[in-house]
Amino acid sequence: MGKISNEELLNSIKAKFESEVSNVTEPFGLLTLETSRDNIIDLLTFLKTDEKLQFIYLTDITAIHYPESDKQIGVIYHIHSLVNNVRVRIKVFLADGDVHLPTATGLWNGANWMERETYDFFGVVFDGHPDLRRILNVDDLTVFPMRKEYPLEDPNRVDKHDFFFGR
Amino acid sequence: MSEIQIVEAPPGIEGSGFFATSLDKAVGLARSYSLWPLPFATSCCGIEFMATMGSHYDLARFGAERLSFSPRQADLLMVMGTISKKMGPVLRQVYLQMAEPRWVMAVGACASSGGIFDTYSVLQGIDEVIPVDVYVPGCPPRPEAIIDGFIQIQKLVQTESLRRRSTPEYQKLLASYGIQ
Repeated sequence: MGKISNEELLNSIKAKFESEVSNVTEPFGLLTLETSRDNIIDLLTFLKTDEKLQFIYLTDITAIHYPESDKQIGVIYHIHSLVNNVRVRIKVFLADGDVHLPTATGLWNGANWMERETYDFFGVVFDGHPDLRRILNVDDLTVFPMRKEYPLEDPNRVDKHDFFFGR
Repeated sequence: MSEIQIVEAPPGIEGSGFFATSLDKAVGLARSYSLWPLPFATSCCGIEFMATMGSHYDLARFGAERLSFSPRQADLLMVMGTISKKMGPVLRQVYLQMAEPRWVMAVGACASSGGIFDTYSVLQGIDEVIPVDVYVPGCPPRPEAIIDGFIQIQKLVQTESLRRRSTPEYQKLLASYGIQ
């Protein structure tokens, strides 16, 4: 168990960001909340630098794609307070065609590669990132493969036509 | 009496005190029993290859005792495992560094066709980037299958004409992969 409860944590967040956070849930005991593009860096800065909370460890940055939603692309931050042994998950949803977000590299150097990966797979552009280019996929890939509009299969494969299966 | 078996002589003309055969066959015989493989092992097929090299199956019995970890000394490139698209140029570079004559064996479903990894990040068979001589099916293939593939390579080596590598067909094959 963490040294501070989710309730305490939420209260400290709400004291400063009352109107900026929404959709607070606790699946499997993990405090999850949503915020907006304008507030994400302020919120992360607060959580990292607050003397009591000390969320000094950025576990991961990733994204998710919901093609049916208005705001299709969600960017997800997992941060961890090693001092208090508690984690929190923060989501920011962005409309397709305007997938920009300020970078978190100013707060954590480790955000550099995580943001490159998120860009590589979901096409999220992190403004202010020092070196935003693909990290895992081949450089000449033209798509963002984890987005739902792009096929998972390799388009060069020729042995899967129905003809070969008598269809 | 010892039961040591030695390789049979290639077909030729024999008489009292002489034996004549063609240079192709003599060279092919010598080459086929002294192939130096370069293991390019990226996943589980590489584990099967370790078993193949171990004492139980012992690929050394076929003259492949000496693995070469420099492509410049190797005769046979054995690609074992999934090759991602990012690895493709590396594999090609290794192939380019090998001296002629060189042979390539694709071991396992992934190296031959991409296998179960029909996805944007995986090369759908190494024959997209380099020419392949022998494909070994299996996921992963048993050591016996790898040895069988190796024997197929030996047969290719034994029957290959000395001038094959300068033939227009071979040049055309390499050109189709963009290799000089």
